[in-house]
Amino acid sequence: MTLLLASFAPPYWLSTLIKVLVISAVVPTTALILGMVFLFKIMSWMQSRLGPQEAGPRGTLQLLADGVKFLQKEDIAPNGADLWVFKVAPLVVLMSTLLLYVALPASMHLVVADLDVGVFFVLAIASLSVIGVLMAGWSSANKYSLMGALRAAGQLIAYELPMVLAVIGVVIQAGTMSLNGIVLAQNNGSIFGWGGIGFPYILTQFLGFFIFIAAVQAELTQPPFDMPVAESEIVSGYQVEYTGFRFLIFFLAEFATAFAFAAIAAVLFLGGWAVPWLPTASDWYYVLGPMVLFAKVMIVSFIIFWVRFTYPRFREDQLQSLAWKVLIPLALVNIVVTAVLKVVL
Amino acid sequence: MLALLVAQNIAFYIIAALMVVGALRVVTCKNLMHAALWLVLVLAGAAAQYILLASEFVAITQVLVYLGAIIVLFLFGIMLTRAKTGTDDDLDNKKSAKFIGGGIAVLLLGLMGYSLIDGFKDTEFGNLMVQRTSQVSDSIFSTYLLPFEVLSILLLAALIGAIVLARRD
Repeated sequence: MTLLLASFAPPYWLSTLIKVLVISAVVPTTALILGMVFLFKIMSWMQSRLGPQEAGPRGTLQLLADGVKFLQKEDIAPNGADLWVFKVAPLVVLMSTLLLYVALPASMHLVVADLDVGVFFVLAIASLSVIGVLMAGWSSANKYSLMGALRAAGQLIAYELPMVLAVIGVVIQAGTMSLNGIVLAQNNGSIFGWGGIGFPYILTQFLGFFIFIAAVQAELTQPPFDMPVAESEIVSGYQVEYTGFRFLIFFLAEFATAFAFAAIAAVLFLGGWAVPWLPTASDWYYVLGPMVLFAKVMIVSFIIFWVRFTYPRFREDQLQSLAWKVLIPLALVNIVVTAVLKVVL
Repeated sequence: MLALLVAQNIAFYIIAALMVVGALRVVTCKNLMHAALWLVLVLAGAAAQYILLASEFVAITQVLVYLGAIIVLFLFGIMLTRAKTGTDDDLDNKKSAKFIGGGIAVLLLGLMGYSLIDGFKDTEFGNLMVQRTSQVSDSIFSTYLLPFEVLSILLLAALIGAIVLARRD
């Protein structure tokens, strides 16, 4: 099986077709898995509830049922809406999510495009979803959605910086911006000569990991950073006028982006798809790589959603001062210390 | 022409056509928001052209800086200020301004066209080499170190100036 996969070398058009199909299947699946496991099951467990019980065994198919329900709903646009922009906005958000998956490596060769500057690409693409959010908020012709979009834009701009700065520490330590290169650097490293678990960068870049996760939380507009979609004050912000499959696209994009960011965190800080005691050139990674990466993604996602279900919402000024006065200075200090140690050691 | 570059040429013309349409819509649109959104198409097209020229670092920087930051700042600014967000018939320029703008555009076209044709003559690119990011950074931090530092200080000065202008107290 693994040898079969390793010797499979399709022509360019076929490999492109396969990549497109795989990505379009993987993105909704990851959103479903995160929604099912964390939003329904773990959340109800943390809040001492049962959660969905009816659809499928132990309620595991509830999200699928919800998806079908959304698809059946009428596609409504408000009267004063700017129709064209209103309809395209969710697709812009979804597109930025799809592009995130392009650079994610699930093993040495299981990657859509093994970019030389993978980290940089991912961070650049992640900043595109703001355009979709602003389009949605403005075109809805609704005060609440406009306010939500403005809050979202302010928040996403503010938390973009700590996210980029937090990653720089890892890039300095690995000496490469390629995501596969970072995985290899961690796998080949050793702790004071002991190479038992390689050298996952979370050990030295713990501060970077913390800042990165906080920034991811804010980029996803999840609690405690959910000012832009605060249900209790601006009734879901920029999403307020969306229904049916367009709302479903927003939902899908949010959870698929959460998965993608968790995967990026797993690659940058936890060693990605590699297992330390198996050489990275091994053909086993065609099967093992995605599984290892998935396990690490679930661990990181657990942290993200744990915070989401636990903390109350930040106020707007607290949110901005956390980014500008705490996270960014910490990230800068982290960069300086990492750079100095890289040169000295 | 090299057979290898046919696909790239076709892609270039498709993207270039989209960019021209987008650019025309930016200046003819009666709605400020729509104009800003058409600008997204133009800037994304420029990023795609950089990728066709095999310089991925410049392309990604284009996406990060122009699409991710500058356009968002435009949209943000339009929404925050009291600018009319709907259709606005007064958005067009006066006739005299149009003529001056047109004149400058023709002048720029001539100047850039001449310098491009004069600079490259009959040079064919042949096999495009992917420009590695490490090469870019190496040249910035060795050959072009002084211009880079001067630019950084210029940007810093602009940044401080903006803060000084914006602060009320």
